[in-house]
Amino acid sequence: MIYLTPEQQGILDGAKGETMAKVMKTLVMYGEVFGADKMVPVTSEYNHLVTSFGLKALGPVYELMDQLIEAGAISQQQFSVDPRPLDKNVPANFLQNFVFNKFMYSKQDFYEEQLKKLGLMDADAFSCACYLDQMGNKPKKGEVLSWAESSAVVYANSVLGARCNRNSGIMDIMGSIAGFVPHFGLLTDEGRKASWIVEVKTTKKPEAQLLGSAIGMKVMEDVPFVTGMNQWLGSELNDENCAYLKDFGAATASNGAVGLYHIEDLTPEAKELGRALVREDAKVYVIDDAELQRVKDSYPVIWKNPDAKPKLCFVGCPHLSMQQLKDWTVAVEEGLKTSGNAKVTVPTVFTTAPAVKKEFEKTELAARLKATGVVLSSICPLMYMNNPLCGPMPVITCSNKLRTYTTARYYTEAEILEKITKGV
Amino acid sequence: MREFKGRVVTPGTVTAPALVSHGGLNTLASFQKALQFGDKKATCGDQNNPDLYGKQMAGKALCLPQTIGSTTGGLVLYCACSMGRQPACLLFSNPIDSLAAAGSILASVWLEGAEMPVVDSLGEEFLSYVKDDMTVTIKADGTVCVE
Repeated sequence: MIYLTPEQQGILDGAKGETMAKVMKTLVMYGEVFGADKMVPVTSEYNHLVTSFGLKALGPVYELMDQLIEAGAISQQQFSVDPRPLDKNVPANFLQNFVFNKFMYSKQDFYEEQLKKLGLMDADAFSCACYLDQMGNKPKKGEVLSWAESSAVVYANSVLGARCNRNSGIMDIMGSIAGFVPHFGLLTDEGRKASWIVEVKTTKKPEAQLLGSAIGMKVMEDVPFVTGMNQWLGSELNDENCAYLKDFGAATASNGAVGLYHIEDLTPEAKELGRALVREDAKVYVIDDAELQRVKDSYPVIWKNPDAKPKLCFVGCPHLSMQQLKDWTVAVEEGLKTSGNAKVTVPTVFTTAPAVKKEFEKTELAARLKATGVVLSSICPLMYMNNPLCGPMPVITCSNKLRTYTTARYYTEAEILEKITKGV
Repeated sequence: MREFKGRVVTPGTVTAPALVSHGGLNTLASFQKALQFGDKKATCGDQNNPDLYGKQMAGKALCLPQTIGSTTGGLVLYCACSMGRQPACLLFSNPIDSLAAAGSILASVWLEGAEMPVVDSLGEEFLSYVKDDMTVTIKADGTVCVE
């Protein structure tokens, strides 16, 4: 039985109206299913919502949002939201543009108006990587969140030390409106203990998106404690490591359902508590070069023609950090120079947060990236591809999240660089 | 006929033909096309799920270990319920995951008449025993009869 304070019980009983009572009932039922003992306050400054797209098929969600707005059941927190599904600069044929704009995402403008009424931070607050410095929604250690975006939840829990369960869309906004979330799972000390030790024994720094995929598929929703990474990452959460962990975490969360991981000597709770975070009965998973190769080889190729020439390449799911964007720009330039090509050989889109894009565009690298033919966008590649027209399209990516949810084919970052600069 | 005992997540009683997924149900991938294109049968669109791909999900007793995939899963399930394209019930062999729980709770609290009883923790044996088109009946106490 979940304990409610008199204030919370009052809301549940209708003291703040019927709609707020339903909001509280939703959260209480959610907590009861997972054995929550109480409701705890949401303490982060901002919220983040996973639902960014005005998909016509989600009409009932917009009706629910209207119900909340009309009843004044609006969060005290402003929020950022996942990336937009559309960008006119991203290559699309006539039919795709017609279907995207007139049919699939025909509710986009309407939905964005709803988001403004509900507390959208600003017109550029659209990114899955809201925790990047430029985006201004970076929770502090120990803060309680009501987020849902899986890659953001796992980053906030693991790298920032905030506390958030792996919630569903809509449940994220319910917690923010009520100002409380049920106390269970990753909000508790016990729920943050690891039930897996992952021993990394590779001969070189593992590809973040491949390592995350292997761990996600093995541990599913459990918490892994990863050892053996010190030689590759050191013990400082610098920009390079944060970007690595962003991509690693997104893969653990999408290839499995990981909401929190610990990296020995690196992530905040692992640094503080060490192996005291590991449960006594923890299972062990050893990852070496052969295991990573086995995982990579296990990915199905679901293109109609496995030998098709790629028509599009996405880099940046989750959105690229500033340093990643700079590194990729230089790498593409050098790759083109080596191959003797003037422009990328596969239409390529780099995706990053709007605020990062703005900052990047102030640097001299922006013109250099444009000269390579790469398109810079803040679109959500996943939403772009999540439709029947893109299903048969041969798209390549170094994102294991995009591979998991769409027909995109995964390659390592080095392989992607080869393909887009040398056409091999 | 065999009986399995689970935990009631959202209450209700129903009898329906079984549809079995031995892998996790990717809710967004499974329902998106059906919701987008007005498919009242809610034909499963997830090419990565050989058990369900191309099969009608609406009105079926959907038997599965858990749901997987995008955290939009809960709201997709909510939309399916709102449009009357939901399974007759969801029967989980494992304890329910947070995305499926959210979807079923949202439908239960915010929608009138969109019934979709949910029972979890039915055990691995349940999923080994039940086969497509067997008749499944849920009782109010979470007992599931399969024949």
